[in-house]
Amino acid sequence: MSAGATRAAVEAVWRIESARLVAGLARLVRDVGVAEDLAQDALVIALEKWPESGVPDNPGAWLMATAKRRGIDLLRRDVMLDRKHAQMAHALEQQQEPSPDENVDGVQDDLLRLVFTACHPVLSTEAQVALTLRLLGGLTTAEIARAFLAPEPTVGQRISRAKRTLTQANVPFEVPSGAELAPRLGAVLDVIYLIFNEGYSATAGEDWVRPGLCEDALRLGRVLAQLMPREPEVHGLVALMELSASRLRARLGPEGQPVLLADQDRSRWDRVLVRRGLAALELAERLGGARGPYALQAGIAACHARARTAQETDWERIVACYDALAQLTSSPVVELNRAVAVGMAYGPAEGLALADQLLDAPALRSYHLLPAVRADLLARLGRVDEAQEELARAASLTRNTRERELLLDRARRLRPGG
Amino acid sequence: MRFMVIVKATEDTEAGVLPTTEELAAMGAYNEELARAGVLLAGEGLHPSAKGARVVFSGDSRTVIDGPFAESKELIAGFWLIQAKSLEEAVEWAKRCPSPTRGESQLEVRQVFEAEDFGEELTPELRAQEDRLREQTGSSGSSGSA
Repeated sequence: MSAGATRAAVEAVWRIESARLVAGLARLVRDVGVAEDLAQDALVIALEKWPESGVPDNPGAWLMATAKRRGIDLLRRDVMLDRKHAQMAHALEQQQEPSPDENVDGVQDDLLRLVFTACHPVLSTEAQVALTLRLLGGLTTAEIARAFLAPEPTVGQRISRAKRTLTQANVPFEVPSGAELAPRLGAVLDVIYLIFNEGYSATAGEDWVRPGLCEDALRLGRVLAQLMPREPEVHGLVALMELSASRLRARLGPEGQPVLLADQDRSRWDRVLVRRGLAALELAERLGGARGPYALQAGIAACHARARTAQETDWERIVACYDALAQLTSSPVVELNRAVAVGMAYGPAEGLALADQLLDAPALRSYHLLPAVRADLLARLGRVDEAQEELARAASLTRNTRERELLLDRARRLRPGG
Repeated sequence: MRFMVIVKATEDTEAGVLPTTEELAAMGAYNEELARAGVLLAGEGLHPSAKGARVVFSGDSRTVIDGPFAESKELIAGFWLIQAKSLEEAVEWAKRCPSPTRGESQLEVRQVFEAEDFGEELTPELRAQEDRLREQTGSSGSSGSA
């Protein structure tokens, strides 16, 4: 096998195996940082050996055995210096490799522990995101840096600092229980959704969407749904992401410019994802989670998915979802979306009255969508001058090039010849 | 990226031989593994071609030929639609499948076309035309109409 072909095969195996590998090692050594280093070492050894020996029949087991051997060697060297390392080496030695068939539950438990450790509250949100993509998504530092438009060394430092923080804080490798579970799960869901959103509408840069990042987040969400099948909000989040992703390819015009929901060609919506999203929403509701924040947002997305044309959208039902969501979150962004929905259901004057109440909200002071929404409502009321001003203001606030062009174009088209 | 992993038909599948409990269990476990990894989008098995039909196009004429069809190796017996980062990853998943049919069997891995794949050859005019066609046929384009 050529070096290039082996590298591609190793990367493929890595994508499939890395999370399970790191999770299994972390259970043994009780330190996510050490586990990840050992897994990376095994990857490097695979890249050296596989071009000659070929990819083994069970690459996952090969990587695990190699990582453990490597760990024992490395940690033994430190035995006299550090009792903790001696314990780690002992754990690696003792553990008999169970066959993959009988160990499915064990692997699932390990993965779940890894999810909660990567999203532990001692870490900043940025660190949680980077660590989740790295440890669970199997992304390289370079891939994460590219996705978030951050310099690679910054992301590398962020990841190693995060691993060190977890070790120093003695964060246990476990799934929280009891009253602790709900808020911790909420944080896990928020991290996955944040990754999805960065792919769905990039906050900055040249590209408005990065479908690869959406795919990664969706994959993580689906994995989590399999790990926690009884948690309605997990299915709510998956439903929201599947339904939003179903519109991805209709959100871009031929030149890569954004296309707004009302203008999208609905025949381009992805029916496979729509069906999957509606099924996940139904599951969330059946599990009693219809009023969860992600299920409510998925309910809104479902209203769009079910409408064959923009005119057929059930805006009143969407308003009802936003009412419930606003009570749950008291977020000004939710209030702004509610204003849009009210504007569609009950007329622009009603919507504008709600949007105007948000003008003093500190969280929205530099949020470009507030003037964009007001512009739309003002234009529908025939107040074209004000609408144009608001669009120009929105354009000056967004950091995304494509979105700025769209806003300026809308401003130009408000007045024929203007 | 999406890939379709196609199960090639065999004499057995064409004869309508159903899988044993063990074979069904092995395939079920594999499907579960795909789902647990978040890569499985859809998948179905197909009835033998005896229950199918072909529509043959020649100029303006349409001729319908009922199954079964010969050359069973060229037929398909089922498929998975999976999401993967690369052909290599899709192949790696396909390698993990339990033998899909008895005796010698084959899986074929094919990437699903997305509109982006056509590049500049798909001009805005052609794209508009294709969109019109999709609207008429009610299909959702490259993801199939499932």
